[in-house]
Amino acid sequence: MEYQAPPFFKTGPTPLARLLILSALSLALLISDARFNYLAPLRQVAAVILYPLQRIALAPASIARRVGDFFVTHSSLRTQNDRLERENFENAGMLQELKGLRAENERLRALLGARKRFGVDATAAEVVYAARDPFSRRIVIDKGMRDEVKAGQPVVDENGLLGQVTRVYPWLAEVTLVTDKSHFVPVQNLRNGLRAVLSGTGSDGVLELRFVPVNADHANGDELVTSGIDGVYPPGLPVARISQVERSATRLFARITCTPLAGVSNHTQVLLLSAQRDLPPRPAEQAKPRVKGKARKR
Amino acid sequence: MATSRPAPQEILLPVKPGYIALTLAAALLLNLLPWSGYGLWIKPDFVALVVLYWCIEQPRKMGFIGAWLVGLFMDVADGTLFGQHALAYTILAYAGIVLHRRVRMFAITPQALHVIPLFLMNDLIIVSVRMLGGADFPGWHYFIGSFVAGALWPPLAALLKIPLRPKPDPFHV
Repeated sequence: MEYQAPPFFKTGPTPLARLLILSALSLALLISDARFNYLAPLRQVAAVILYPLQRIALAPASIARRVGDFFVTHSSLRTQNDRLERENFENAGMLQELKGLRAENERLRALLGARKRFGVDATAAEVVYAARDPFSRRIVIDKGMRDEVKAGQPVVDENGLLGQVTRVYPWLAEVTLVTDKSHFVPVQNLRNGLRAVLSGTGSDGVLELRFVPVNADHANGDELVTSGIDGVYPPGLPVARISQVERSATRLFARITCTPLAGVSNHTQVLLLSAQRDLPPRPAEQAKPRVKGKARKR
Repeated sequence: MATSRPAPQEILLPVKPGYIALTLAAALLLNLLPWSGYGLWIKPDFVALVVLYWCIEQPRKMGFIGAWLVGLFMDVADGTLFGQHALAYTILAYAGIVLHRRVRMFAITPQALHVIPLFLMNDLIIVSVRMLGGADFPGWHYFIGSFVAGALWPPLAALLKIPLRPKPDPFHV
């Protein structure tokens, strides 16, 4: 039996042993995060610790923006004001029309006995930062669990659909943009109502309609809106415009690329929609159980 | 053949663990800045840079556990799978600790040539974990950041040593 002298200095496990232990731990974390959903609380805790750092990191940009806001010229304000007034005027006309159309739509739906479209609530949120990750297209917004944001809520800007809330932290929430590779939106063509599934490609400003037959009637410039079939997005939100349709006899499917309508890479303000579905009315209550000997206090 | 003499070593104040933690937090802050566009292309991983610096400079104070914990924070900040930065930084710390005697023999600029391959390895681990997770290859420009990190090595070393210089004795004549 070999005798080994005790070491002079206590240094604990060797570097290699430590490396193996921690690597194994990291791999275990990776696998459990990828396959199961056990680590959400751990993530929440780390997110809370990181939050002040994140706010500090954003301070220079927001200060610069505020300083820039302060030093706007009179003429630029004038032109902006003119533009906004003109837009407001145009929108007012459209809104009046919308009221009439909505009433008519409700009447027609009542006549047909169709279910009402669900109402949508919107909350404004500010983009805190775009995730610095070349692999995915995500943004982080400044509303979180505290403001009752839930995973799965659609996020829009003034032009169209931006994406969907995928992760909620106490004060922040992470939004996966429509351009993310793993993001799919069920859409329909506004011109003819054709349904399809729109997927991101991972590069900014390019979306793709996948698995569309070669003879499907999609043309350049067609607008795609959400179809509302998945129940995640309310129907009718503008999403993208078809920019190129390639049909080749050698391929089974047409290759259709689209550009998102929302400014997926330039925005500071977004709207969080929460779809309220009208549940079927409660069944009429039965005869109330008699309350004995209890006077109702008023 | 005395081409490479050991670099002259300065006598510095002992490093407090609080100082290491502070520099790591500052690196995390730099990583959290809203980088975008070309900035994102050339952005070095500041946390990896500081982790490796301390592993080479103070291998007994900056250990695996620190690197691993910082990696977990990085994962949460990036919203990525838990453990990928932790794994990459652990391996980086191992490389730094194993190589620290050799790297410190060199002057600070040749040291940069030693650390660039380590940063490349760090990026490669993250890319391979991401690709195993189903992501696309982000393009070769992803690795530019490692070279930028290598270029930042000498300024970083100079910067981190400033608070460690002993203060001149006011009573010294």
